[in-house]
Amino acid sequence: MDINATLIGQVLGFLILVWFTWKFIWPPLLGAIEERQKKIADGLAAADRGQKDLEDAKAKAGDIVREAREKAVQVVDQASKRSGELIDEAKHTAVAEGERLVAAARAEVATESARARDGLRREVAALAVAGTERLLGREVDARAHAELLEQLAAEIERR
Amino acid sequence: MAGSSTDYIPHHLTHLKVGEGFWSLHVDTLIMTAILGIAFLWMFGSAARKASPGVPGKFQAFIELVVEFVDGQIKEVFHGDRSFLAPLALTIFILVIFMNTMDLIPIDIPGMVAGTAGAHYWRVLPTADANTTFAMSLTVLALVVLYSFKAKGAGGYMHELFGAPFGSNPLLWIPNFALNVVELLSKPVSLAMRLFGNMYAGELVFMLIALLGFAWAGALHDGNIFGFAIGFVGQILLTAAWAIFHVLIILLQAFIFMVLTIVYISMAHEHH
Repeated sequence: MDINATLIGQVLGFLILVWFTWKFIWPPLLGAIEERQKKIADGLAAADRGQKDLEDAKAKAGDIVREAREKAVQVVDQASKRSGELIDEAKHTAVAEGERLVAAARAEVATESARARDGLRREVAALAVAGTERLLGREVDARAHAELLEQLAAEIERR
Repeated sequence: MAGSSTDYIPHHLTHLKVGEGFWSLHVDTLIMTAILGIAFLWMFGSAARKASPGVPGKFQAFIELVVEFVDGQIKEVFHGDRSFLAPLALTIFILVIFMNTMDLIPIDIPGMVAGTAGAHYWRVLPTADANTTFAMSLTVLALVVLYSFKAKGAGGYMHELFGAPFGSNPLLWIPNFALNVVELLSKPVSLAMRLFGNMYAGELVFMLIALLGFAWAGALHDGNIFGFAIGFVGQILLTAAWAIFHVLIILLQAFIFMVLTIVYISMAHEHH
């Protein structure tokens, strides 16, 4: 062990090396490392966020599909209900129309028969007047015997 | 090169020296340290110049691996501003590795190269020169004192030097101070002697193994083929085995020097 001025030289050399490393080597190297670490951390966070967004979107899509399916079922139900209603309504209308037609026909028949009967009665009355005139050989005043004729007509009608 | 086996080891332990007494310089140590220091600056400087936060190349990644390793070591121990301590630790770690690695160069080659340049002696391993190890450890001591002043202030540091560990009674100032000086000085001494001792001993073992060369050369001269074979193969195997083991010592000693530097400085930095 021979300690001499070499020690001083080595101290100076060592100090220069440390100073150079301190000023010019360490800062850019560690800076690059730290910046890259930040980038990687950001990238990982972004990937996580993307994954979460994807899951959210999937869930949302599932919800939308489910909702649409429910709506479709509802629409089909409504449609079938409405069609049933329409058929019922049409049936009712048809039945009512039929009844109306039948009633109208009946009414017409009734008026026709009433008219026929009226005409018949008038004819019978005329016949009766004519018959009576022939029997009596003289004219009968229809107006004077209207009440009698009316009774006769009612009698015929009852038979 | 020395002519006989008795001269061989003393020759290899002699520095190329200029000057007399204290005012002399070990030229080999200084030049080797300068070469290795520049290699360190060039290696890490070129990585630092090209440093970018993008995808690193293999060389860049390796340098950053070392940087992060050193930074991680400090982070564990030192809780303060690392902007100076970290580059200091990196410089120590890499420089000591580079210097220690010189021990793996086959022992006679540096001498031959230096011999062609006219130098009679050339010790290639700067860390086997106590001047180098003490230069670093005394720098660390200076930093320990500096950090103590910075962290505790002049009054606080004086109080610690004179008032601890026995108590601040004026009668105990002298024993306190004496103990603290011993403690303070033991740090650079143990740092420097550990590295110096390990590398000096490692170098010496390489030299002892190299002495086998004289044995097998002598055997060959005498026509003893068996002796020649044993010596020749033995030297190769022993050198290889010791070199492989020595790689561990090279890295371990550099690591220990760095970690103890960090520990000493963080102890100085802490408030009591």
